[in-house]
Amino acid sequence: MASSSPFLSKIPISNRTICFASSLSPIPSKFPSKSLRHHRRNALKVQSKIREIFMPALSSTMTEGKIVSWIKSEGDVLSKGESVVVVESDKADMDVETFYDGILAAIVVPEGETAPVGAPIGLLAETEEEIAEAKAKAASQTGSTASPAIAPTPPRATSTPAPAISQPTPAPAAPAAEGPRKIVATPYAKKLAKQHKVDINKVVGTGPFGRITPADVEAAVVITPSKPVAPKPAPAAAASPSPAKAAATSSASPLPGSTVISFTTMQAAVSKNMVDSLSVPTFRVGYPVTTNALDALYEKVKPKGVTMTALLAKAAAMALVQHPVVNASCKDGKSFTYNSNINIAVAVAINGGLITPVLQDADKLDLYLLSQKWKELVEKARAKQLQPHEYNSGTFTLSNLGMFGVDRFDAILPPGQGAIMAVGASKPTVVADADGFFSVKSKMLVNVTADHRIVYGADLAAFLQTFAKIVENPESLTL
Amino acid sequence: MQSSFSLSCSQATTVPRSNYTFDSLPFAPSKPINLRFCGLRREALGFSSLSRSHFRRGLQLHTPTRSKRISASLVDNGSPPKSFDYDLIIIGAGVGGHGAALHAVEKGLKTAIIEGDVVGGTCVNRGCVPSKALLAVSGRMRELQSEHHMKALGLQVSAAGYDRQGVADHANNLASKIRNNLTNSLKALGVDILTGVGTILGPQKVKYGKAGFPDNIVTAKDIIIATGSVPFVPKGVEVDGKTVITSDHALKLEFVPDWIVIVGSGYIGLEFSDVYTALGSEVTFVEALDQLMPGFDPEIGKLAQRVLINPRKIDYHTGVFASKITPAKDGKPVTIELIDAKTKEQKDTLEVDAALIATGRAPFTNGLGLENINVVTQRGFVPVDERMRVIDADGNLVPHLYCIGDANGKMMLAHAASAQGISVVEQITGRDHVLNHLSIPAACFTHPEISMVGLTEPQAREKGETEAFEVSVAKTSFKANTKALAENEGEGLAKLIYRPDTGEILGVHIFGLHAADLIHEASNAIALGTRIQDIKFAVHAHPTLSEVLDELFKSAKLKTAPSMYKLVTEVFNLWGRLKLMFQAR
Repeated sequence: MASSSPFLSKIPISNRTICFASSLSPIPSKFPSKSLRHHRRNALKVQSKIREIFMPALSSTMTEGKIVSWIKSEGDVLSKGESVVVVESDKADMDVETFYDGILAAIVVPEGETAPVGAPIGLLAETEEEIAEAKAKAASQTGSTASPAIAPTPPRATSTPAPAISQPTPAPAAPAAEGPRKIVATPYAKKLAKQHKVDINKVVGTGPFGRITPADVEAAVVITPSKPVAPKPAPAAAASPSPAKAAATSSASPLPGSTVISFTTMQAAVSKNMVDSLSVPTFRVGYPVTTNALDALYEKVKPKGVTMTALLAKAAAMALVQHPVVNASCKDGKSFTYNSNINIAVAVAINGGLITPVLQDADKLDLYLLSQKWKELVEKARAKQLQPHEYNSGTFTLSNLGMFGVDRFDAILPPGQGAIMAVGASKPTVVADADGFFSVKSKMLVNVTADHRIVYGADLAAFLQTFAKIVENPESLTL
Repeated sequence: MQSSFSLSCSQATTVPRSNYTFDSLPFAPSKPINLRFCGLRREALGFSSLSRSHFRRGLQLHTPTRSKRISASLVDNGSPPKSFDYDLIIIGAGVGGHGAALHAVEKGLKTAIIEGDVVGGTCVNRGCVPSKALLAVSGRMRELQSEHHMKALGLQVSAAGYDRQGVADHANNLASKIRNNLTNSLKALGVDILTGVGTILGPQKVKYGKAGFPDNIVTAKDIIIATGSVPFVPKGVEVDGKTVITSDHALKLEFVPDWIVIVGSGYIGLEFSDVYTALGSEVTFVEALDQLMPGFDPEIGKLAQRVLINPRKIDYHTGVFASKITPAKDGKPVTIELIDAKTKEQKDTLEVDAALIATGRAPFTNGLGLENINVVTQRGFVPVDERMRVIDADGNLVPHLYCIGDANGKMMLAHAASAQGISVVEQITGRDHVLNHLSIPAACFTHPEISMVGLTEPQAREKGETEAFEVSVAKTSFKANTKALAENEGEGLAKLIYRPDTGEILGVHIFGLHAADLIHEASNAIALGTRIQDIKFAVHAHPTLSEVLDELFKSAKLKTAPSMYKLVTEVFNLWGRLKLMFQAR
């Protein structure tokens, strides 16, 4: 109970729309304050006296709370530490106390209604004069609260991978999704959909009379994660900024003064996929590849806008044509699924995570088209505008950390794919040829992780041999 | 009182006695009847014939002839007979009638019981008893299916499954076993079982007989009406017994639908939701009031909803009436039209595989011949005073006529009927007795169970306000109970509502493992007037679930005024000590 207090934060007055910026008191606030922050404007201008009361996170699994009752009513004078409202979480009812003295100016979320964690549920004015102003705010807010207020609050755990990655648009939690739409879904189907954040309106019902059954929702969910598996090679941690790390290791009680930051949707998706990957038996095969010829080619085609990524993707795709089993996947543990296309997913670190834009039909497109395509994808990824099929349709993943000077590393196989290739830096190396002559050649180490249920050691070795040959004789890449 | 009544918004049925037609929606929150639990638990003795509708029609057809005959008999026999065939005749051999008969024999009365259908009434044949068989199955299924629960106990179970017919047979076998027990106990005691539909002809005179056979007329010094109730079916609902069913049909478990709507979230609805979800169905509740489980103590109801509804494959619509329910036919699903309970606006239409009507029960007093003794039912219920004596249309007591159980609507529970019957027998054998209905426990056999006795917290607070006494509440959790934790069933709450000034127990509500068995310590305390300050010293075996109540009583904080006696002894002690000190000096 004691910890449930600090949900009031100060907000700058000035603009019409409520900006709930700022001073979330540090203790257990669950929402990512950074995403809220960009709203702040002229914060210095007026010393505001209107604060918001937020829906608190009363338990680690709580995503939304229901207002059981307002202990205080509008106009009541509150003093710090007094109970104001009773909130029902998934676990219990709890009194929520104010953290400040003031007057309860407006109730934004009335009794019996539900609001997501972090959404404003009431306004607290410091003086009577401000009540009217707060009320006006509340009015404007109740109108607009649905989208802007809810949008930046997705500290949800366990979500499916996310369109939210590409579009930070509101993922409205649609509280009590029971509109007058004529969609027939069984109670459990609705629950599942809510749990997995599937839009029930988009699920195709196959049950009796076309109703949506739990199986339909499950199917919709399974399809989403099995393909999208935004493939996360291990370098994720190395490549992406580190706050995720802190959160990842926090099963022990955090040291005093440490901060706990919930996963963003993308990080949650990464986390889920990584855990899921543990169920696949993988093995790794490394192979040194001489890249002198490739480097020479790269210098030649660089002016035409060809990138090393495109070259490697093309090479991998061409090798995959000859070794379809490496491009296959094992979905159910009982069968091979041979993919009709060769879609090379390439891991890209973006701010706060990573994503794997997919070069579709990499074997069929020529190098220049491929490079152009790649450029577009990277731009889209940075702008978070990738469409789901542009990041979840990969059949083979390429992860390159060579640019950091990494000479070799080991990638985690994303669930739903057969193999992932980890490419290290190309370095000048002294080699002895068959005649005993020494020479210095550029060599890079390539390490492939594969699903041993379908790809065996010899398959992978043969694939790597082919790949090495292609790289060492790269003329075919430009054809 | 009012609020408890509302448990049954759906169930608080207004039943014009003439026929089962309703001119208004079954929402009649005005009448302050005692607690009426809409449960399988309540009994109705019945003229509940195998096919009720036929039976009713039959009655109507017979009416004219009967009334003629009655008038004749009234002319013949305007005054009560001088000598009687029996000391006591009970109309209806349900649990209420059975309890009364047993006690009457014990008191030395020559007793007969009239039954038009099967002995045992609703409880044994179509209510508590078979439903407990289904719930026993559902409880085990639930446990076996809960991988998490099993794992926590270190058990491994491969996929649990069930055979529908086997489950149905278990329920049916249990009912027939209990029915035989009941019949045998009556026969063994020398109670005459008269088969046929009983009709009151006049004071102390009853006619019974099967359709098509000549009627027999018997006389008795006292008569008890114990005809019970039947499932209440609101207007607009078409019951076909296959896809739109009442508890009568559901207990036969003829099929387990994928998706069933349960209209009414009282006891019956809750228990069936437990059964159906355990057997793999999905359930949608339709409740006319704004919240589910309206009759329960709000806190218990909320907790129960968290455990019994939210995590299960159940959703609900509250504040709506099912205005029209059409059975599945011609390849179409069951359709249920919902209208807003307040505005009566059309809100939604549900299309499901089956619908169970659990909107409560209506008294079965049709064709009882009450008009012959100038008694007018109130929405089907026979009006009685607190001693179960029947009140006629002019507000006068009808001598030698009593009504117990669901038919009087005081408290629609099997054991309440039985208790009322015993109370009546006490009176007619010369010992005045008034039953304290607040000491009658009630239970809902979900998993875990819910039980209660006495007042709910809002009721107690209201009473405290009007009668100017303080009300306190104490609570204990099953999470602190060793036995509950050993069973890995720590979910639960026991709540005590009491007067801190006197230590009087006003109500106890339990939600948790075996709550239905635990409530009796509290109900007995209320019945016997035991105060908290006394019962808290009673010893409970360790480790048992009953320690939940032990702890509950011990956690109550009493404000008994410091007694004069204590004060005086204190003074004496002090004085004694001082004296010793002086002596020592």
